[in-house]
Amino acid sequence: MADVMVMKEIQETAERLGIDLASVDLDAIRLPPGQDFGIVSDDEDLHQGDDVELDTGFGNIIIVDNLPVVPREKFEKLEGVIRKIYSQIGLIKDDGLWMPIDPQTQKTVGYCFIEFNTPLEAELAREKTNGYKLDRSHIFAVNMFDEFDMFMKVPDEWAPPESKPYTPGENLQQWLTDEKARDQFVIRAGSDTEVLWNDARHLKPEPVYKRAFWTESFVQWSPLGTYLATVHRQGAAVWGGASTFNRLMRYAHPQVKLIDFSPGERYLVTYSSHEPSNPRDANRVVINIFDVRTGKVMRDFKGSADEFAIGGTGGVTGVSWPVFRWAGRKEDKYFARIGKNIISVYETETFSLIDKKSLKIENVVDFSWSPTDPILSIVVPELGDHPARVSLMQIPSRDELRQKNLFSVSDCTMYWQSNGDYLAVKVDRYTKTKRSTYTGFELFRIRERDIPIEVFELENKNDKIIAFAWEPKGHRFAVIHGDNPRPDISFYSMRSANNMDKVKKLTTLKGKQANALFWSPAGRYIILAGLKGFNGQLEFYNVDELETMAIAEHFMATDIEWDPTGRYVATAVTSVHEMENGFNIWSFNGKLLYRILKDHFFQFLWRPRPPSFLSPEKEEEIAKNLKKYSKKYEAEDQDVSLLLSEQDREKRRMLKDEWEKWLNEWKRLHEEEKLERQKLRDGEASDEEEEYEAKEVEVEEILDVTEEVLSFEE
Amino acid sequence: MRPILMKGHERPLTFLKYNRDGDLLFSCGKDHNPTVWFADNGERLGTYRGHNGAVWCCDVSRDSMMLITGSADQSAKLWSVQSGEQLYSFNFGSPARAVDLAVGDKLAVITTDPFMDSPSAIHVKIIARDPADQIGESVLTIKGPQGRINRAVWGALNTTIISAGEDAVVRIWDSETGKLLKESDKESGHKKTITALTKSADGSHFLTGSLDKSAKLWDMRTLTLIKTYVTERPVNAVTMSPLLNHVVLGGGQDASNVTTTDHRAGKFEAKFYDKILQEEIGGVKGHFGPINALAFNPDGKSFSSGGEDGYVRLHHFDPDYFHIKI
Repeated sequence: MADVMVMKEIQETAERLGIDLASVDLDAIRLPPGQDFGIVSDDEDLHQGDDVELDTGFGNIIIVDNLPVVPREKFEKLEGVIRKIYSQIGLIKDDGLWMPIDPQTQKTVGYCFIEFNTPLEAELAREKTNGYKLDRSHIFAVNMFDEFDMFMKVPDEWAPPESKPYTPGENLQQWLTDEKARDQFVIRAGSDTEVLWNDARHLKPEPVYKRAFWTESFVQWSPLGTYLATVHRQGAAVWGGASTFNRLMRYAHPQVKLIDFSPGERYLVTYSSHEPSNPRDANRVVINIFDVRTGKVMRDFKGSADEFAIGGTGGVTGVSWPVFRWAGRKEDKYFARIGKNIISVYETETFSLIDKKSLKIENVVDFSWSPTDPILSIVVPELGDHPARVSLMQIPSRDELRQKNLFSVSDCTMYWQSNGDYLAVKVDRYTKTKRSTYTGFELFRIRERDIPIEVFELENKNDKIIAFAWEPKGHRFAVIHGDNPRPDISFYSMRSANNMDKVKKLTTLKGKQANALFWSPAGRYIILAGLKGFNGQLEFYNVDELETMAIAEHFMATDIEWDPTGRYVATAVTSVHEMENGFNIWSFNGKLLYRILKDHFFQFLWRPRPPSFLSPEKEEEIAKNLKKYSKKYEAEDQDVSLLLSEQDREKRRMLKDEWEKWLNEWKRLHEEEKLERQKLRDGEASDEEEEYEAKEVEVEEILDVTEEVLSFEE
Repeated sequence: MRPILMKGHERPLTFLKYNRDGDLLFSCGKDHNPTVWFADNGERLGTYRGHNGAVWCCDVSRDSMMLITGSADQSAKLWSVQSGEQLYSFNFGSPARAVDLAVGDKLAVITTDPFMDSPSAIHVKIIARDPADQIGESVLTIKGPQGRINRAVWGALNTTIISAGEDAVVRIWDSETGKLLKESDKESGHKKTITALTKSADGSHFLTGSLDKSAKLWDMRTLTLIKTYVTERPVNAVTMSPLLNHVVLGGGQDASNVTTTDHRAGKFEAKFYDKILQEEIGGVKGHFGPINALAFNPDGKSFSSGGEDGYVRLHHFDPDYFHIKI
């Protein structure tokens, strides 16, 4: 309003002076610095206003435009309507609704201001009611008050954007260039989140960055290790940088619960679910897909939780995460989700469905991507006369590469080998009586012509399968099986010397205290772990030599994680247990390197590494000439250990000296007080340091004296 | 060597004390009878009967003639070590917790727990040479610290009293005036209840154990923190070897949690640390409950531990122990 008044005055003055205002570029007028000729600057005005209002801010105010213009009589009614609409969204402050009235016409001017309690509510109100149709001619245009200034300043004429000089960004992968080739990990204990180097040579972690209340629920590395994601009430954020952790980007998503990166870490999927106001409704689910680098929302999905529950027939509240599964490798080209009788595959160029329609597959219950290729494996259960079916489908062509029908199936689980070379489908089948089930495997050799399938069963096919795991990048797999309290563990290879198409058993270990398998990411080594009921038994096993390297225990261990290089293993007791919280770091062959205890220990995560650039040939060459290469590192190791023992000795010597000094000082004082101490003891000399004097003292004690008259008898 | 198991108490142990010659071991427990044992072979000599509540603490005079005990029956009693006869009883309005005889055995400090409306207190009593002349009046009563005072001992030359307890602060008081002289620093000090406090044999420093899973070594005169020993369990008992630079910590989780965890998880070990380097040397296992009491024989060649399990375990060291190198 003030603006209008001022403008009027200026116009009047201009008319008086005979100046055509339209020809004057007001912005071009420059006053000499330090003088304002008594004109109050708009900027200063703004500035002063800001100062006053700073503590409250305008973030919680919205402007609602395109309201009906009503006379005074209808004012109350309109206000009531607006209040009704907006009080559903958030709490309007007392006197928080202001509808200005034109003093001349005594009518409203067609807009109003609403002040909410929090900026969050204001944001939500804008999002929800922008475009709200009150009636045909009144469609709300809602803006944040803070943004209003911005809109006002939009110049009428287009000016070419200034091109900013290129500023090189930080090297976000600096950590990979560590001279000692160490790996990082993040831990969360109590309210602190901390990133550390695993300095195995010095047998201790070296701190990188620590921050209290860094996240509100959990942290997560991106798949290639570039970013560390934190989760907050307002949304997610990613952190990274060359030497420390700076916030690189924020992704607004109120009440975000779960996050997931695409494998090439180009996109971030965030998920939230809100309690419905009507308890009979399913939770409202919001999923946003952000571009990690720009922070832009690429696509959002909203709906009730039912729609996102996998398989359509699953539980109402149980949304299995991640909802969207990404096709493997770094390209981040496709992502898919399962719905009722459909699988929807999207591509990231346009973020829309491939061929504009979902794949129709009746009763589909599960699918998964090959870790490397755009191949979908799909499981359809048995229904009536139709047999159960496992099929492989090429995307985007939708060609069925291979398909297998299975009978009397109760359940199917898919296991891809990390290179996408093999797919194992664990099939639980009913026995003839239908009372119990037994388990077999269908093994697909993806890389071979026509994808041959081999049916594979354990020697005792009634054995319960407790765990199954492929060797990463390898051709072997391990199975824990058996019904005993101590199950057996068998190793198999997909290759055999003479017949390439036959699974070969390598060995069976009998009666192991294990219920989980953890292959080294480099293959070859595996940890046979007994978690939960087995209290943290660990067996480090070499599958090449088929021998146990070490047997150890991390009592009550809940989590086991190999570092990305396969050199070290972390075992952790997280706060599901009250006692023993903390983690151990082991070498790959089962030597305990160090142990850190922390109360309320929540998370341990190794920072992932991007895949190596070395070609398989080069890797082979290195493996062959390992002796030559390792010489250099062995020398370094020795230097470090020498230095370490030197430092250790030095430190110990210092501690001892310090103690001696303190003790001597004390002895001096003690000597001075000697006499006083004697006095306290009534002159008795002996302090601890004085010597005993052995004296032999004969003490005669009369115990009893009795007199007895003895009569003489003659 | 194989430890000697001494089963004489029906309830958890609370305190252990050797006499100056190291031939007698006094034990207190939650049953009402302090017991005296031969420190060499663990043979029970006798009990001191008269208390009507858990006995928390005891001390024995330099000449091994008199024993003083503090009990939850709201009394502290003087006993003839030899005959087991009760010589005198100090009666309070609240449970007695810690007792300690001064150099010269002419003074005793007794602490009482907060009870009903009365706060915790430190009492100084004169101990008469002849029990017939014994009076019950306190020479000095100090009140102030919040919560239980778990231990109070005499400082150098009986001029100070050192107290520690539930508020996790170590305090040094003037034993003449009752003025607070020094307080341990909140930052560097313990974070939770201090459960144990032991003086070194020469009285130059003392060791405190706390539920914050650490033990700390302090300068007795200046109350400067010298060392900290970090462990995995709440510490209930501490002691120091008079012979070698070793400290021993005993503990375990709260008695209330014992039944909910595996005994292996409890690790009811007496842990040995190098006093100067603050590094763990080893541990002595055996108890199947938390360790509540530890004491070193003044000759440094044996030590005993008392547990929540009601046992006293008497350990004579093997010759190897005296040659441990780290």
